[in-house]
This record gives sequence, structure tokens and C-alpha cells, in this order.
Amino acid sequence: MKEVAIIGYGMTQFGELWKQSLRDIFVEAGLKAINDAGIEKIDSLIVGTMTPGLFVGQEHIGALMADYLGAGPIPAVRVESACCSGGMALRQGFFEIACGAADYVLVGGVEKMNDGADVTYALATASDQDYEAYHGITFPGLYAMIARAHMHKYGTSRKQLAAVAVKNHRNGALNPHGQFPHEVTIEQVMNATLVADPLTVLDSSPVSDGAACVVLTTVEQAKKTGKPYVKIIGSGAATDTLALHQRVDVTTLNAVKVSGKKAYEMAGVKPSDIQLAEVHDCFTIAEICIIEELGFVDKGQGGPFTEQGHTALEGKIPVNTSGGLKSKGHPVGATGIAQVVEICEQLHGKAGKRQIKDAKIGLTQNMGGTGASSVVHIFAEQK
Amino acid sequence: MPSPGYRREMPQRYRLEAAKCRKCGSVFFPPRLICASCGAKEFDKEVLPENGKIVTYTTIRVAPTQFETQVPYNIAIIDIEGKVKLTAQVVDCRPEDLEIGKPVRLVFRKLSTEGHTGIICYGYKAVLV
Repeated sequence: MKEVAIIGYGMTQFGELWKQSLRDIFVEAGLKAINDAGIEKIDSLIVGTMTPGLFVGQEHIGALMADYLGAGPIPAVRVESACCSGGMALRQGFFEIACGAADYVLVGGVEKMNDGADVTYALATASDQDYEAYHGITFPGLYAMIARAHMHKYGTSRKQLAAVAVKNHRNGALNPHGQFPHEVTIEQVMNATLVADPLTVLDSSPVSDGAACVVLTTVEQAKKTGKPYVKIIGSGAATDTLALHQRVDVTTLNAVKVSGKKAYEMAGVKPSDIQLAEVHDCFTIAEICIIEELGFVDKGQGGPFTEQGHTALEGKIPVNTSGGLKSKGHPVGATGIAQVVEICEQLHGKAGKRQIKDAKIGLTQNMGGTGASSVVHIFAEQK
Repeated sequence: MPSPGYRREMPQRYRLEAAKCRKCGSVFFPPRLICASCGAKEFDKEVLPENGKIVTYTTIRVAPTQFETQVPYNIAIIDIEGKVKLTAQVVDCRPEDLEIGKPVRLVFRKLSTEGHTGIICYGYKAVLV
């Protein structure tokens, strides 16, 4: 298996991009990544996107984007795994390079959620349509039930949930790509409009448009460029029951745990070796569960750990330095790749005011549904 | 949600028909073709009891279009006598009446309407006991 490197990355602004179409935002991010890599052509295109069919009525995304990128008759395919479509797309690109099928692969993620679709319905299709969505459950509702169970079982407080949003908005205020780059207070989060009790609108990631892309090649090729690059040293993916109610314990995200374990094993690192992580904080409770499953803190202790500041920029393990899904925005298919863009910026020392000093090893975790699918990647800076 | 699909799910939504693995005795709702516990492929029909208790719950205040007229409404994950868990609305009560561990009973109710023709979709909801 060949070693895989990221030699270019780029993303659009995240937000309500009324003046740009689905294809416009993808091409913008794609060209940024290709220009950053300094290459002339790509051999293959892989696009992660959740449901452009429901959001804007467009399927057949691989061919569309290859066409509008002017990339010629290259193979192009769309990868879907709900909100971790982007992360799973990266994993497929990783394999294409690793097995020698292509020299340069453009992997991107994209979603256009603000074009008038019933977003709550579209997102709920990632749950069990016949046995969850049929009863009127929504994604905020599913995560609210995880939150309620976590609070009951481990004593996690409403204030600790809010601390996740406060921390991520503090980081996001320093990110020029973000949708809501401003700080919020504990009181604002707790007193915001309820979406699904006990979660408020400020516990929830926003509805966003955006795209992000990376260029993958072999480490061998990357070395020839003479520029620093980021090596993908671990990749792990796993699944769980689609329906939340079918799990033995609704506070355990087993797919996150297993995908993390596989990535750690492949990379030959431990949770304590990770210097920063971008994780899937679609709701505040999600980040608490994820940092537990990834082994940054013991199960049940994610709330106090966050409240004590251990996941802040200056903490033991900075989590979501980009502002996370919460502040930066969550165009679902783009999220998994935007996480990688943040890790690349950090490892290259280009993260500005949110820079983690001497960052050498970073991790991304991206998940679909209530954690029915999860993908973890680990990255190392190479000079 | 097309009507053929609705008809297909009637045994579960109307009659709570689950499947019990002949080899290991695990119960699945909805039925599966392969036992998730032991991998066996033979099952017997088992009708679920109507009694359960709340595992966790929420109150939905922002709903998909199909449920917009019902907000706010309560939803819970319900443990049916330790056999299976399922998701259902909890009705005829206020949000503050819900608690983890409280006993509930499944009842037959209207859930929503489907499509332009407004076909009525029935199924199970829960009430506090």
C-alpha cells in the first residue's frame, strides 16, 4: 500500500450563499485546492454529499462536478453516508491513492441547504424512515434524547452542554470561513429558543451552504514538490444500528469508538498523542459523547472535562479549533472535508489566532445520523 | 412515503408484530431476515406486549412539514418489557409529566397524513399509565 499525502486544500465561505449554486461552490473549493497543490490535472474525483436530490433536486453529482471543473473525462463518483459523506469520501480517495489506481485525486464535500427545501425533513431521512421519522422525530429530537439520557446516567448538566457551544463559538470567532463567527455566553445558549427539549437553537449546528476540497497524492509525489505536506497516517470507519432506539445504551456511540480504535491502530498512536481534534459537534451533546468515545476522557466525564476548559484552544486537547459545526457551519456533505482543511491549516502553522503551537498530529471525526456511521482520520505534518 | 410501503408496515404499526429468533430467542421489531445476535435465519412471529417504560424523551418544537400542526409534541424511546425498544410519541400529557423510567402503554392512534391525497397514517403512540 502506498502512503498518502494531502498536498492542497481549499474551502468556500460557509453560510447562506444565495448568489452561488451547488456547482458554483463546489468548483470554487475545488479550484482553490488544485491551485494550492500546484498541479495541472487530476485523475479522479470523489464528492461527498448527503442529499442534493432533496436540497436542490440534483443527483448524479460526480459527473456534474467533473464537467464544471473542466477536468475532462475522468472517473467521478459521489459518496453518501449522511452527515459523514465528506469523511467517507476522503477514505475512498485515500484507498484510490494507496492502491495505486490514481496519482492525483480531488476529494470534496458539498451541500446547498438554503435553497428552499424542507431541511428538517431532508435531514430526518438519515434516521430510520419507517420506525423513527414516521413518528415525527427530528435530528435535534434524537440528540435531545441522547442528551437527556446522558444527563440522567452521568449527571451531565445543562450548563456543561452549553459550555461546548460557548467554547466552539469562541474558536469560531477567529475563523474567517465561519457562518457565525461571534461569541455566545452560557446564558444565551441556555435561554435560547428550545428546538427539542433540553436542546436550544444554540446547542444546534446551523443550516449551511458550503464546499471544501483536498488534493491527495502519494507521499512519494508529495516529497518531489519540496513543500510541506500532510500525511494521512490513520483511517478508520465503522457503523452502528440506524435507529437510536435499537442500541443497548443510547449514550454510547459505538461506531465512533470503533472507528477511532481502528484509526489509532493504523497510525500507531494513542489518544494522548493527539494534539488537536476536529469532531462532529452537530449538537453540543454530540461533542461530549465523541470526546469520551475517542478516549480523550473517561466515559461520562465529557461534560465536566469541557466545562473545566480542557478542550479549549489552550487546553489539554483542543477540540474544534475551527469553531466546529456549531460556529463554522454544517453544510452536511462538506463538513468532513472542512474538518480536514482545518487540520491542514493547523499542521502547516497557518491557523492565525487559533493556531495550536507546534501542532504535529491532528485527528478528524465525522459521523452520520445519530452515529450510525463514523469515520476517523489521523494526520501528521511532514516537512 | 408511498402507499405500498404503508400497507407493508401494517403488521408492525397496527398489530405490533415482532420476530423471535428460533435459535437464541432474541426479539426484533421490526422483524429482520437475519438475527443480529446470533446470525440465525429462522424466526417465529411474536406480538409485543403493550406495556413499557420511558428510556429517554424529548419534546419536539420544530417539526418537519408533515408534523408542523402537532407541535409541541412529546417523543420517547420506550423499553417494551425488556424485549425491544421503539420510538413513539407520548400523548395525552404535558411535557413536564414525562420522566425517565415512567411506565407507559401503547395505544392505536392517527399519526399523520401522507401525500397530496391525505391518506391517514395510523400506528402506535404511548400514554402514561
